[in-house]
Amino acid sequence: MSFARSVSNSLFKHPNWFLALLLAPPLLWLGIAFLGSLFVFLFHSFFSIDEFSGFIKYEFTLSTFAELFRLSNFDVIIRSLVMATAVTLASVIIAFPFAYFAARYARGKWKALFYILVMLPLWSSYLVKVYAWKLILAKEGIISWLAGELHLTWALDALLAIPVIGGPSLSISFLGTFIVFVYVWLPFMILPTQAALERVPVNLIDASSDLGATPAQTFRNVIFPLALPGIIAGSIFTFSLTLGDYIIPQIIGNSSYFLGQTVYTLQGTAGNIPLAAAFTVVPIVIMGIYLAIAKKMGAFDAL
Amino acid sequence: MRSESPFLLKIAAIGCVAFLHVPLLLIFLYAFTTEEKSFQFPPPGYTMKWFSIVWDRQDIWDAIGLSVKVAGIATLLALILGTCAAAAVSRARFFGRDHISLLFILPIALPGIVTGIALRSAFGIMDIPFSTWTIVLGHTTFCMVVVYNNVLARFRRTSGSMIEASMDLGADGFQTFRHVVLPQIASALLAGGMLAFALSFDEVIVTTFTAGQQATLPIWMLSELIRPRQRPITNVVAIFVIAVTFVPILAAYYLTREGEHTGGTGK
Repeated sequence: MSFARSVSNSLFKHPNWFLALLLAPPLLWLGIAFLGSLFVFLFHSFFSIDEFSGFIKYEFTLSTFAELFRLSNFDVIIRSLVMATAVTLASVIIAFPFAYFAARYARGKWKALFYILVMLPLWSSYLVKVYAWKLILAKEGIISWLAGELHLTWALDALLAIPVIGGPSLSISFLGTFIVFVYVWLPFMILPTQAALERVPVNLIDASSDLGATPAQTFRNVIFPLALPGIIAGSIFTFSLTLGDYIIPQIIGNSSYFLGQTVYTLQGTAGNIPLAAAFTVVPIVIMGIYLAIAKKMGAFDAL
Repeated sequence: MRSESPFLLKIAAIGCVAFLHVPLLLIFLYAFTTEEKSFQFPPPGYTMKWFSIVWDRQDIWDAIGLSVKVAGIATLLALILGTCAAAAVSRARFFGRDHISLLFILPIALPGIVTGIALRSAFGIMDIPFSTWTIVLGHTTFCMVVVYNNVLARFRRTSGSMIEASMDLGADGFQTFRHVVLPQIASALLAGGMLAFALSFDEVIVTTFTAGQQATLPIWMLSELIRPRQRPITNVVAIFVIAVTFVPILAAYYLTREGEHTGGTGK
């Protein structure tokens, strides 16, 4: 015990040693296992693949990055960006009324219930959620059945006939991919939006209406600007998660590629590690820009 | 205006709750369907037989076993590493502290595919064969973040003067940790640990890169999602997964509800 005591006493006297001792294990883990392998992998984007042998040529080149701008590759980037933007906007529209209701009108037990109602789907299994939508969107599934019962099959058919977003059935169309993305990431939008709305002082809203603003004006000039940091905080999640996901478009959607799948195929079956690394740089750069803008708009205080 | 909500707002909020929960409820219905080949709705008939079929499937038990093993080890490692990190960041101000706290949340801020692919290429370069430990390595990296967030939030709400008082009264560092620090952070550790376990048990993206030929339960489910062969069995496994993850989530919620949210931590 005396040895232990002298060790602990000297640590207490030298807080810097103690700090170093605390920081070393997690820093070594993240520094070596995570950052180390990340940098080594990303560094491959400066190499290229030898077209004849299929081996990596370890010579510095920017040609792999240039390949990103080839039409077929650039398409993937644009498609992923458009999808991430659409999913983020839809999440805001669906999340806002719920977050506003939970923040302003729910009290006590109801408030706790609303919180759990968001937390359960947030933390429940990602694959199970995707699977549930496979059941729902399938051609013989509940949506087709519901449309039939309501004599709205023509409306569903019209929706699926729309070029680009439509397809033979909801489970093999961009529309389906979009719905599942919104579903899976929606809780990430609700929580920060609700947190921001809860910090809006009620007397500001009362003052606005006392001074003669219509509810629409109060919303536009008081509530929305104050909730914006929370919405942007949520959008970081919905945007980043959509950008990097490679499982949902593989299971629900037509077979066109998104960023995640492209990276997965390139490093796996195609064996083109340099191009896979260059493609991985894309979401990292995009999220870097996004985070810088978000930070400027005060989103980090709302996290 | 203060007490009652506009009708349309209420409808929109209820619609959002339904959107979040009806899909999960539907799986329960499908687990009893007699239809094997398609996702026909409404189910043509109901049966309990799929539950007993799943019970006898050794491959599913093996997958569950591997998932529990990985989640257990990863959670334990994450508890130790995450608590160290949280203690250091909360107590002291030191050079580069903000960068270090950014580093600790990076594994969940970056898309999971980035972590997974980086690890896979590192294993390839260093000729490390895939094993349970390669899966654990990946899982610990993001489980650590969940523990870190929970314990950090707790440290920020507890006062450092208790520790100084304990040391002043003659306790050594280990006694202080055992009798003062640990009771303060126990429920945060438990909550963080349970969330980390749930996260690891469910993780698929990083696992696809670090598992090789091994099948955790999510990997088993993913292969069924890509090439459905045994739909009724997948239904039963899905509701099993829902049940297994709901318990720790609810428990973690009750353990931390006096304080800050544990949410918004992302996956």
